[in-house]
Amino acid sequence: VPDLATPAGWLPVVFMVLMGIALLLYVVLDGYDLGVGILLPGGTDKEKDLMVSSIGPFWDANETWLVLGIGLMLVAFPQAHSEVLSSLYLPVVLMLIGLMLRGVAFDFRVKAQTAHKPMWNRLFWAGSVLTSAAQGYMLGSYVTGFDASAAARAFSVLTALCVPAVYALLGAGWLLIKTTGGLQRKAVNWARRAWWGALTGFIAVSVASPLISTRIFEKWFSLPYVVLLAPLPIVTLLLLLIAARSLQRLPTRIEQGNDYGAWVPFAATIGVIVIGFYGLAYSLFPYLVVDRITIWDAASAPESLMVILVGAAVVLPAILGYTIFVYRVFRGKVEPLSYG
Amino acid sequence: MANFKSTLIERYWDACEARSGSISAIDTSCVYAHCMDPLTLARIQFAANISFHILFPSISIALAWVLLFFKWRFGRTRDARWMDAYRLWVKIFALTFALGVVSGVTMSFQFGTNWPGYMQTVGNVAGPLLAYEVLTAFFLEATFLAIMLFGIGKVSERVHTLATVLVAVGTSLSAFWILALNSWMQTPAGYTLIDGKVHATDWLAILFNPSMPWRVMHMLLASGLTVAFLVSGVSAWRLLRGDSRPDVQSTLRTGVMIAAVLIPLQIMVGDFHGLNTLHYQPAKIAAMEGVWQTERGAPLLLFAWPDETQRRNHFAVGIPRGASLILRHEADGEVRGLDDFPGAHPPVKPVFFGFRVMVGTGLLMLAASWLGAWLMRGGREPPRFWLRGMVAMTFAGWVATLAGWYVTEIGRQPWLVHGVLRTADAATAKPIPIGMSLALYLALYAFLIVAYISVVFYLARNAGAPHGNASANVPNTTGGVTSA
Repeated sequence: VPDLATPAGWLPVVFMVLMGIALLLYVVLDGYDLGVGILLPGGTDKEKDLMVSSIGPFWDANETWLVLGIGLMLVAFPQAHSEVLSSLYLPVVLMLIGLMLRGVAFDFRVKAQTAHKPMWNRLFWAGSVLTSAAQGYMLGSYVTGFDASAAARAFSVLTALCVPAVYALLGAGWLLIKTTGGLQRKAVNWARRAWWGALTGFIAVSVASPLISTRIFEKWFSLPYVVLLAPLPIVTLLLLLIAARSLQRLPTRIEQGNDYGAWVPFAATIGVIVIGFYGLAYSLFPYLVVDRITIWDAASAPESLMVILVGAAVVLPAILGYTIFVYRVFRGKVEPLSYG
Repeated sequence: MANFKSTLIERYWDACEARSGSISAIDTSCVYAHCMDPLTLARIQFAANISFHILFPSISIALAWVLLFFKWRFGRTRDARWMDAYRLWVKIFALTFALGVVSGVTMSFQFGTNWPGYMQTVGNVAGPLLAYEVLTAFFLEATFLAIMLFGIGKVSERVHTLATVLVAVGTSLSAFWILALNSWMQTPAGYTLIDGKVHATDWLAILFNPSMPWRVMHMLLASGLTVAFLVSGVSAWRLLRGDSRPDVQSTLRTGVMIAAVLIPLQIMVGDFHGLNTLHYQPAKIAAMEGVWQTERGAPLLLFAWPDETQRRNHFAVGIPRGASLILRHEADGEVRGLDDFPGAHPPVKPVFFGFRVMVGTGLLMLAASWLGAWLMRGGREPPRFWLRGMVAMTFAGWVATLAGWYVTEIGRQPWLVHGVLRTADAATAKPIPIGMSLALYLALYAFLIVAYISVVFYLARNAGAPHGNASANVPNTTGGVTSA
């Protein structure tokens, strides 16, 4: 570890944090709109329109966090960017194709001929599923350091199933906040089903990752870390239980037209994702490619990182500001969107 | 994963071996068909993606400003035709923007996967420029687009106009950053090489590198012309179909006027851009003009078949001394030939023909728009033959823009960054299964282009009428139709 008092020492750490925040925001924000895409086939035609309307003003900017996260990796850690993404080449291609399909289906479904609308709906769903599953596979493959053993492959398949489940839970939570009546009741059922998927995924990943990586095992299960880190899985389980309790109570409230606590499952799921992300970062730090490339190995020249940091320090608060503004403009229950 | 890749290549090899019967007789072309050398595949794939991508920004950059113009006209005149125009074209804008975003995401991944040597060598310059594009432009466009598209009735008229302005500024700003980077790759400045890596020394020199102003102007004008012909072509098509709503006439006029004003400017800027290239990248100019040996009084070739093995042109038809006159502004000006750059000049045919396609399309644009302006003088009805011509030229801007990009990008070869990094040294050394992903991408792109063009005309056909999906939509107070 180089001297953290020098720019060459601390700048890569700052950029790792920035990249982490961008990717975390991406997972949460695009996660809910991907989740809505995964759930789309469950809605009636009218409900499908509402579901898509609920994410209409947001998905574009949500996806931009991915460009920022990957872009920061490209500009701050170019060596890691080419190493990681070349190793993940096929899932990346599948994810990009999924992203393209859903992004355009989103617009085409209401602009193309009515007869083609079911096809674009299906492509929107397929693109959302493909994107989420590919991201899950990439996550598993990344955690295992691109290991090609059968066990590592199986682990990646497992994460490829879990990530769509977590996104579906997030998407259902989003719909609980944004919708009313029949669709809201459906969202409760979807959330319940996705909850089981998320729980299974959480347990499976927690058990499998220390088994598959001795390094992760040592980082988590040596003293005093095993004690210090114990709150992470405990809080995760608690959050999942809070979500489950809320999902049990919500149907009665919805019947009464009472929206109290409709945001709880969504917020709890975000909490789970944040903790999972932190756990992942803890497991890997300071490596960008497991056991091979550290953030300092891969970093660009300090003077160039400084130029980006100055810009980011000025612009990121503005981005957060106008993002919050747009979420405020489109707050409340969703109505069919209209072009002026 | 690494194992997986080599098995994939082995499998290709086995398939080829099975076909030829023995390992010694393996047809190399068969192997290459599956896993061509990484450089060629990386280039084809990157070219396919970036060509597909540029189609959409080349429309959205200028269309954002045209929408602002429609909105401004409506504000001034309160004439419903401008709002109708806005309503049709904002839908096309939303569609175009979405295609631009999703195809652009691909680029952020491929910089690293296809050109690992690029960021490793020039990342210290390219990185900040790309980062500033994302930070200052992408978020601005993507976020305020929501208010521009769906915000009417939710925010005040003033905030909505402001959002539209910010989207337009965002698209142009994004063009500025990426073109500044591209120009730096053509005419690098403000850097120093330390251990083979580029380090920035002067950011103003990097940003305002010698070819940047011309390239930015050339591209912004290209976008303006692309949109002018798109708007005119679609409006002409509506007129030919007998659509007599008042917005058709107005958008046709707007499109033709924009084209008629921009095209002479574009020709002028193109000329200056060429002189700039002559100074900094003479090999590119030699390929564009098909000049093999350095000569005085070089002819302007209208047509020729450049032959790189014999290093001469066949079937050359040209205007004597024309190239010297254009490039040196004197009849016996010296034009350096390709033979002056042994092993360091671009492939001649694509640059030579790309240039002729671009200039030819530009001249057609000049003729079509000026003729149109004259035919419609004093509010006259344009004749059908001209309308048909404009329909045929709806996507003329795409042709010229792509041809122009091929000239400047292929013309930069064999360099990726002129004089600093060769393309071959930046390509991935790993055998990545690019071939398979390339096929997937190409199929998807073909599908999306067909869908895009047909939906643009479908929207135009239904403009003003209740939308095809009206059953799922509820008309709002301003009479528009709902949509996502």
